[in-house]
Amino acid sequence: MAILVIAEHDNANVQASTLNTVTAAAELSGHGAGDIVLLVAGSECAAAAEAAAKVAGVSKVLVADDAAQENALAENLASLVVGLAGDYSHILAPASTFGKNFLPRVAALLDVQQISEISAVVDGETFVRPIYAGNAMATVKSADPTKVITVRTTTFDPAPAEGGSGAVEPVDAGDDGGQSRFVERAESGGDRPELTTARVIISGGRGMGSGESFDLIEPIADKLGAAMGASRAAVDAGYVPNDWQVGQTGKVVAPELYVAIGISGAIQHLAGMKDSKVIVAINKDEEAPIFQVADYGLVADLFQALPELDAELAKILS
Amino acid sequence: MKVLVPVKRVIDYNVKIRVKADNTGVETANVKMSMNPFDEISVEEAIRMKEAGTVEEIIVVSMGVQQCQETIRTALAMGADRGIHVKSDEDLEPLAVAKLLKAIVDKESPELVILGKQAIDDDSNQTGQMLAALLGWSQGTFVSKIELGDGSAKVTREVDSGLETIEVDLPTIVTVDLRLNEPRYASLPNIMKAKKKPIDEVAPADLGIDTAPRLQTLKVEEPPVRQAGVMVDSVAALVDKLKNEARVI
Ligand SMILES: Cc1cc2nc3c(=O)[nH]c(=O)nc-3n(C[C@H](O)[C@H](O)[C@H](O)COP(=O)(O)OP(=O)(O)OC[C@H]3O[C@@H](n4cnc5c(N)ncnc54)[C@H](O)[C@@H]3O)c2cc1C
Repeated sequence: MAILVIAEHDNANVQASTLNTVTAAAELSGHGAGDIVLLVAGSECAAAAEAAAKVAGVSKVLVADDAAQENALAENLASLVVGLAGDYSHILAPASTFGKNFLPRVAALLDVQQISEISAVVDGETFVRPIYAGNAMATVKSADPTKVITVRTTTFDPAPAEGGSGAVEPVDAGDDGGQSRFVERAESGGDRPELTTARVIISGGRGMGSGESFDLIEPIADKLGAAMGASRAAVDAGYVPNDWQVGQTGKVVAPELYVAIGISGAIQHLAGMKDSKVIVAINKDEEAPIFQVADYGLVADLFQALPELDAELAKILS
Repeated sequence: MKVLVPVKRVIDYNVKIRVKADNTGVETANVKMSMNPFDEISVEEAIRMKEAGTVEEIIVVSMGVQQCQETIRTALAMGADRGIHVKSDEDLEPLAVAKLLKAIVDKESPELVILGKQAIDDDSNQTGQMLAALLGWSQGTFVSKIELGDGSAKVTREVDSGLETIEVDLPTIVTVDLRLNEPRYASLPNIMKAKKKPIDEVAPADLGIDTAPRLQTLKVEEPPVRQAGVMVDSVAALVDKLKNEARVI
């Protein structure tokens, strides 16, 4: 039987998280599961469906284009997916707030125990997933007839966005159950790369002391084309918006370079960044636990080190 | 209205967990246990609603071994009214917990169930959404603000792109994020008072629910450890390493 991947998209394009999820699906195909079918549920989402059809490895794209699916409300999206579920052995979504919101509803309605945030596929029914903020890795085997799975995006490379030629097929989007209504979205946005896909991330913690001092990070992030992140403490203190939070309960990231500034390195923060390729820590406390995971550590006052770092980068990047 | 708040007993968030030598799980003997931090936030929110006069009764539910009653007592000391302990010595998966909670909701008829968005032990982030599905209710997940209205509630959700506000019909399920509130500590007089508050004990079978696990844990292992790094003594040295050794800039 085929694999159904629920695409995360913005009606125009498919999100990178979808590409990572397709790679997990491709691994399942390699273990004997069938073709990969993408579901694009949205409103005026023809462009996203076309983009989805080009993703390498996708055999078919189902499009549910209707106002009822405009804002990915969990109730409507879950009932749509449950209606399609009968044809599939595996149902996958990225472990982003999009996937985490509706997929457990699908699982419950199918009477299936979901497998959350898998980091590896062992075979068609066996998966590895982090538990205890990534301080242990559990290998679990599912006895359910349908496997309902969210995928940790950082551990699966993105599938190529081009190269596929899937057929696009409209499906009934279902009714608007009307139990919940979208009101508004406040995106902190900006021109910077997204945290979850950035090649370089610079994060600030409580040590930054204020929102204004993140201005010291900005020119450095500009020079490196980096996304900016933060610890929970920095978000709780109101220095920066919630969607900057990296960690067990924030975003999980694995960039080529992660720079932690004024962050102590609590296990909940490490849970979100310790798979980064190169980790740099700048902290005035040489005992800070962040140094235990850092490839390069610098004991320094950040208010001195950041302007220096900006100046040094200016020298080599000019 | 009546509010139901499920609370889970987990290894305290400050404990550095250890994987058992035989790879069957993590060490729980002689380890400090506490209420899941997200559930403390749920309890706090329910109490604030009661203090604001919109909620009459707060029922807390915990599921698992005998000591879960301590977790219930903690919630009662914070200000919840009574407890239900679903006693089980087996590991309960989120689907089973959601089914047990549904049975309790059917009996108690709360208009609102407030849960933590995830438990910090298995990090599943499922139970609230599953309960909403089984009940056929609306849901608001990862919530950092709740405004109760007449027949509906407005909730602000922490999502990957920022904040999203939706309106959900009551009855509803809310799962809470960290920034909803800061939970209070129980005062000594309230801890004493909580000892007299009632806790009902039931078994999964009393509720007619089959809790047999669907997932088999084959093994639990340590994550790969990172190679020890080096300390540099200046910003210039750091930049040099990043450029010429790590080659990431
Ligand atoms: C349920 C739960 C979930 C959580 N989830 C997350 C999560 O997802 N992400 C997360 O990050 N945290 C999370 N936390 C919080 C976590 O436990 C820590 O409290 C938090 O990560 C600390 O943030 P911090 O390192 O910025 O602050 P602190 O621990 O206060 O560290 C500040 C650091 O800055 C350094 N410093 C101060 N001034 C300077 C200076 N001038 N120059 C250089 N260095 C300086 C200090 O030496 C210190 O090491 C969670 C906690 C709980 C209970």
